[in-house]
Amino acid sequence: MKLKWEDDGTFKSPLARARGLGAAHMGVTHWWHQRLTAVANIPLMLWLVWSVLQMQGWSYEIFTAWLAQPVNAILMILSLLSVFYHAALGSQVIAEDYIHHEGLKIFKLIGMRLFFIGAAVASIFSVLKIAFAG
Amino acid sequence: MSDAKKINPRPLSPHLQVYRPQLTSVMSILHRATGFSMAVGTMMIVWMLVAAASGVEAYDTFQWFVGTVIGKLMIFGWSAAAFYHLCNGVRHLFWDMGYLFKIENAYKAGYLVLAAAALLLALFWWLLCGGAA
Repeated sequence: MKLKWEDDGTFKSPLARARGLGAAHMGVTHWWHQRLTAVANIPLMLWLVWSVLQMQGWSYEIFTAWLAQPVNAILMILSLLSVFYHAALGSQVIAEDYIHHEGLKIFKLIGMRLFFIGAAVASIFSVLKIAFAG
Repeated sequence: MSDAKKINPRPLSPHLQVYRPQLTSVMSILHRATGFSMAVGTMMIVWMLVAAASGVEAYDTFQWFVGTVIGKLMIFGWSAAAFYHLCNGVRHLFWDMGYLFKIENAYKAGYLVLAAAALLLALFWWLLCGGAA
């Protein structure tokens, strides 16, 4: 059975059909990366929640010594990468769905992407500084 | 209107103001709401890490804020959103794999997600309040 949105091959070149990247030239990249980070987030967030449970009232010395341990530093950086990427992708979809003014939408999409990159760099740099320089 | 209905009884578009909320639709929008509020709430993690990298004073300010009523409320919101989004995200992954599309199964999984999220939230706060000690 042919679905109505499936192209019949008349207007698309065979190469374009084989690439399957669609009008935005991205194909399923956004969708797939959101699922990839979603799966990664399951163990990483359970670890983060578990860690937050221990953190209550930790002093500066205890916290930095904990974060300087390789296992914790690595898991924290992985969490930050996966979570911020997942958040950037998700927020992008929300903006695309609910903001109907084209200029405002582009403005928000750029702003959010840069914001998440900034937040990720700031937090990952902090982890590295604590791990390497104390 | 009544004539049009007879000729072409297509479903009307769901105007949110007059549309009876269903478990599925409410859980769908809640997934977005919790996801977006967590994206904002992650700034607390950024603050914690940058403060710890900056020094004792900045870290102590963060620890003080987390101990205030507003800080505790934010942790409650963060944990509730995180557990809901986690459990419902797994439900979404099952849909992506092609399961749970029958209406009754979508509902069953929905109730399961709500129960699991509530259970995890209760466990988290029980442990946070020193329940295991």
